[in-house]
Amino acid sequence: MEEQPDRWLEVERGPIVRPYALTRGRTEPEGEAFHLISVVQARVEPGAVSRAEPEHHLLLTLCQRPVSVVDLASDARLPLGVTRVLLGDLRHRGMIITRPAAARNDGAVDIHIIREVLNGLRAL
Amino acid sequence: MGSEPSDTARLTTTKIVIAGGFGVGKTTMVGSVSEIRPLFTEEPLTERSVGVDDLALVDRKTTTTVAMDFGRITIRDDLVLYLFGTPGQDRFWFMWDEMTYGALGAVVLADTRRLTTCFPAIDYFEERGVPFLVAVNCFPDTGSHDPADIAIALDLNPGVPVLLCDVRRRDSTREVFVRLLEHVIAESPQALNGAHHETG
Repeated sequence: MEEQPDRWLEVERGPIVRPYALTRGRTEPEGEAFHLISVVQARVEPGAVSRAEPEHHLLLTLCQRPVSVVDLASDARLPLGVTRVLLGDLRHRGMIITRPAAARNDGAVDIHIIREVLNGLRAL
Repeated sequence: MGSEPSDTARLTTTKIVIAGGFGVGKTTMVGSVSEIRPLFTEEPLTERSVGVDDLALVDRKTTTTVAMDFGRITIRDDLVLYLFGTPGQDRFWFMWDEMTYGALGAVVLADTRRLTTCFPAIDYFEERGVPFLVAVNCFPDTGSHDPADIAIALDLNPGVPVLLCDVRRRDSTREVFVRLLEHVIAESPQALNGAHHETG
């Protein structure tokens, strides 16, 4: 049985603590929204965050390489909304950078990326 | 600004939305072609019809956590396709806008025994101009169907592809996504390159 990373979660039931206790009641991140598949990446080592902030530390550890917001929430086993608030904190401190997904401002996606995905699917 | 991580670490992320009634096979479809990943998300307990401003502070903290899945296909180390199945129950409509934003396109998964359950999804994607196709999941006891008849029954616009599939089979599911992206490219204003431009 795993212990430490899962102590606030049960596999079936989700968090044991009320999720927004981890965010001190905040439900929205500071600044721009984090889309589901926006990419985040750490600009600093995990040690830049004190272990007194274990969830921030965990997220920073898990985004040393570029990772999408949903993968990060899944990896961290933190609820999506909580993950976004904590990422907002890290961004506010300049500890992560965010890149948008392939979508442009109007929500459309460049056609050459669609073709690449199509070719990749055909090769699956 | 000089300390940005290098471009070699770039990651491009894309997504496809899979919609359809509860129990039609969305999760099976995602699982047949991709790595399934668990995600916890927060569901507002309050009605969405209440004014947004009223929800801004106190009520938005009134949430419960629900488990949902998404699919992940690694096309290349630096290119990932995510598959998001829209929640089947009406109370999850709040997730649809977020799932649909920036999606390459959508699959409406239909069950011929309950065709009407996919009307809301078709309306949703039509209204927002999201390219989609209808994939009819052929359950063993549904007999054979003609896609043309289904297109009529669903009152689809001309050009919206309808195909039969078996979502349990990887090759069949993959074909659905391949056909979707071919449709997306064919319909794309970028592909038309200004040769034909509709304003309405």
